[in-house]
Amino acid sequence: MTEKLHAYVEKLKANNAEWVNDVSEGHGEVTVVVPTDSIVDVCKFLKGNHGFDMLADLCGADRGPEEDPRFEVNYHLFGTKHHHRLRLKVLVSEDDAHVPTVSNLWNTANWHERETYDLVGVVFDGHPDLRRILLPSDFDGHALRKDYPLRGYEPYSLN
Amino acid sequence: MGLENTLFESLPDVVTVKLDAVVNWARKSSLWPATFGLACCAIEMMNTVSSRNDLSRFGAETFRASPRQADVMIVSGRVSRKMAPVLRRIYDQMPEPKWVISMGACATSGGVFDNYAIVQGVDKIVPVDIYVPGCPPRPEMLVHAITMLQDKIMKESVKDRRDTFEPESRISRVPGTLPVTEGTALERETEARVEREDAPRPYSVPSRHEKRRSS
Repeated sequence: MTEKLHAYVEKLKANNAEWVNDVSEGHGEVTVVVPTDSIVDVCKFLKGNHGFDMLADLCGADRGPEEDPRFEVNYHLFGTKHHHRLRLKVLVSEDDAHVPTVSNLWNTANWHERETYDLVGVVFDGHPDLRRILLPSDFDGHALRKDYPLRGYEPYSLN
Repeated sequence: MGLENTLFESLPDVVTVKLDAVVNWARKSSLWPATFGLACCAIEMMNTVSSRNDLSRFGAETFRASPRQADVMIVSGRVSRKMAPVLRRIYDQMPEPKWVISMGACATSGGVFDNYAIVQGVDKIVPVDIYVPGCPPRPEMLVHAITMLQDKIMKESVKDRRDTFEPESRISRVPGTLPVTEGTALERETEARVEREDAPRPYSVPSRHEKRRSS
């Protein structure tokens, strides 16, 4: 099963050797770490030539305030014809938390990138409408970072 | 030919009754809830109005979608901070008299969600009359809450004012019924101290003969 997925990785490497920083595998899933600047090209290549026509999930995560790079953005690609799943990972540091948007390729990335911006704080360049989606618009901070306290800062009261 | 014929034969043609009793009976017997089902408790609220536990037996005949036509707001489910101003706006749009039932643990106190996103109790947003614990409460518990609210309504008075904040002016009192303290130096001094906020307003209970409504 993972041989076919590794075949996609080989095709990525054959097209441009800089696209693949790292490959890891576990539980039958293959993860490719891609440099931040070339994520759009990689996605375009996989979507156009190899049939990964569905972006199943786009989520950001905070690896911890001591890690460098601090944030990661995971792209879960799925092909509806060949039923293969591939995960692309982009590592972003806290000082320059900018990632180019893939919402031109898959429309679902629009809201997923808004959620990542809202909860983790990664800015997506070229996004048509980057604003908070889950938290209130006047919320201060990014709630799913590891150093954001669980109970928040202020209790809510309208009295 | 029914029971009412034989029963009302023994009564006179005109019956006098306290205004409070009639008004409160009318209000409690037709409590129309406003749908404010937010989360999982809403499903138990749906169960309460479906045929197995029928809430319209107790007067909650229709769940009005518009708050302008509703009497009681049953807040069922967790209230997030983003939803809180919306909840307050819907509550403000309900005309008086209105009541609030906080259904479930999340509406009462935040429930299992002690975090940045959930308001820890809906009484931080609207004044609540009845709290129903549970996660989710059984439909019978919500029916009990409605009956408890009906008992509470029966004890109210038409002369209570709900549009003031001070607790002393909310409950109706016959004015000028404390001849012992009215117009005395003690009252002047107490009022002055309350004005300066040196002391809280003392609690005064009118004696039994002063509670009469008419002379």
